[in-house]
Amino acid sequence: MSPHLIILQVVLPLLCAPLIVLLRSARLAWLLSLAVSWGTLLIAGALWWQVDQSGPMSYAVGNWPAPWGIEVRVDRLSSFVLLLIGLSAALVAPYARVSVAAELPDDQVYLLYSMYCLCLSGLLGMTVTGDAFNLFVFLEISSLSTYVLIALGRRRRALLAAYQYLLMGTVGATFYVIGVGLLYLMTGTLNMADMAARLGEVRELRPVITALAFITVGMGLKLALFPLHQWLPNAYASAPSAVSAFLAATATKVSIYVLLRFWFSVFGAQALFTHLPIAEVLVALSLAAIVVASGVALFQQDLKRLFAWSSVAQIGYITLGIGLANIQGLSAAIVHLFNHGLMKGAIFLALGAVALRCGGVTTFEQVAGLGRRMPLAATTVLLGGLSLIGVPGTTGFITKWQLVQGALASGQPWLAAMIVATSLIAVGYVWRFVEAAWLRPPTALSAPPGEAPASMTWMALLAGAACVYFGFDTTFTLDAATAAARALLEHQP
Amino acid sequence: MSFASHYSYWITILLLVTGLYILIARGNLVKKLIGLGIFQTSVYLLYIAPGKLIGGTAPILAEGFRTYSNPLPHVLILTAIVVGVATLALGLALVVRIHESYGSIEEDDLLTADRADGNT
Repeated sequence: MSPHLIILQVVLPLLCAPLIVLLRSARLAWLLSLAVSWGTLLIAGALWWQVDQSGPMSYAVGNWPAPWGIEVRVDRLSSFVLLLIGLSAALVAPYARVSVAAELPDDQVYLLYSMYCLCLSGLLGMTVTGDAFNLFVFLEISSLSTYVLIALGRRRRALLAAYQYLLMGTVGATFYVIGVGLLYLMTGTLNMADMAARLGEVRELRPVITALAFITVGMGLKLALFPLHQWLPNAYASAPSAVSAFLAATATKVSIYVLLRFWFSVFGAQALFTHLPIAEVLVALSLAAIVVASGVALFQQDLKRLFAWSSVAQIGYITLGIGLANIQGLSAAIVHLFNHGLMKGAIFLALGAVALRCGGVTTFEQVAGLGRRMPLAATTVLLGGLSLIGVPGTTGFITKWQLVQGALASGQPWLAAMIVATSLIAVGYVWRFVEAAWLRPPTALSAPPGEAPASMTWMALLAGAACVYFGFDTTFTLDAATAAARALLEHQP
Repeated sequence: MSFASHYSYWITILLLVTGLYILIARGNLVKKLIGLGIFQTSVYLLYIAPGKLIGGTAPILAEGFRTYSNPLPHVLILTAIVVGVATLALGLALVVRIHESYGSIEEDDLLTADRADGNT
């Protein structure tokens, strides 16, 4: 296999973005994005297989050797995240054609695809790079394109949501650069592996701890860690449907990956969790996120907003797993990156289908009687919702099961009880949907009978079916996550 | 004395908190972006100042050049400045669009208008 594959998947979408702007054709733009998205999935699959067979891969960009040049690295964790990005892109791209054409003026369609390619490139770059400053560049590539993607939403509040996200996101990214700058001052290197090796003697010094704090808060803003989540519900709720689905499945997950990378691969789990109260703080914030955000979700009228708030809560489960700092907890966190990407992807894709039939609005009035009007879309949301709750036989159950085991293994049975109890809040908001869709009669505002076009409905249903499939067959997801978690915990810089 | 010898860090911190304060405390969207700009400028200083040695030159391997300044932080910040310009441009473009569709760039008015639209 070509060693250039790692960088190729970042370069392909990066080249497509300006090409799309030059072509100025909506149809060609979509075809290019489709090709890039499926290509990304193929390359991600090939890389995952390669890493599984023969261990981590490294590539020196421009043939400059590692500590000086930019190193691109794929290990178990990054190949797993790459697969999630590839899968989300491959599901969203075919879906986008009809959805975007319906939601955007014709002359803006190609711009959305251009930004989508940039965003994809940035997210992939963040996942594979082994250079701390290069990561910032990719972070800003993905962030800036995300702001534009959100601002393309059809209602005017999308502009305000994009503006607020721009402020929060830039502060987050700048905090990250400050952290990297302090680390560079202390170690004289930007290569993450080299940095980890050189941190040895200075690990306890104040600038290093400050750098850790800046990077944690900065990435906490990007991943919507409670209480830094304010930008997320507005952004997801007002972005175009295809964009909401893509961002909900990938954007925050990649930021969590970056945090894991710094915490475990650069600073080292040992130093981090024994000398600093990070685990305790993280568990407290995660519980607050789960309870507060789920509670807010219960009272939302707009379904996109409801599930955006639910995202904040679900990110809480991921960070809770990290805070447990044992193998079960960490593998729960990593597997939930993937599982939550699938569930939220499925739900937002299905909601986009509903929005298409209802003129862009998805409040509870539109979904009344949806079970009869659009049975496939309603079923998809239900599958995603059951998975959010953690019903046995769905991916959510796998995560919760691992989390409960992690809580018990860390000697905190009350946490296990909390994990189960908070799932009941999710039952609350999913039940509101079930009640509206199946038990209430359709009203004048409801979706008209008939599904959205096949490309949208089936892509959404495919994601929903994956939520069930990976709930039964965990040989791929859980094993990959456990292997990645073990590699992170055993890594001693 | 350490305060005087570390003055570049003190300026960095001053710029950082000034920018962040403007960003949070001001309601005008353009002023918020100005705050963001000041905030980002602090990072430029944080990187560039330690890379400079008094009397240091560019790293040239030749007779007569003994003290070198580290060029890497300067190059990094060149990248960060480009990113900052792009962010500011996008932010201002968004403010123009917001002004076109809301008729105001004061945060309080915008939130009131949003509430009137029925989005809480």
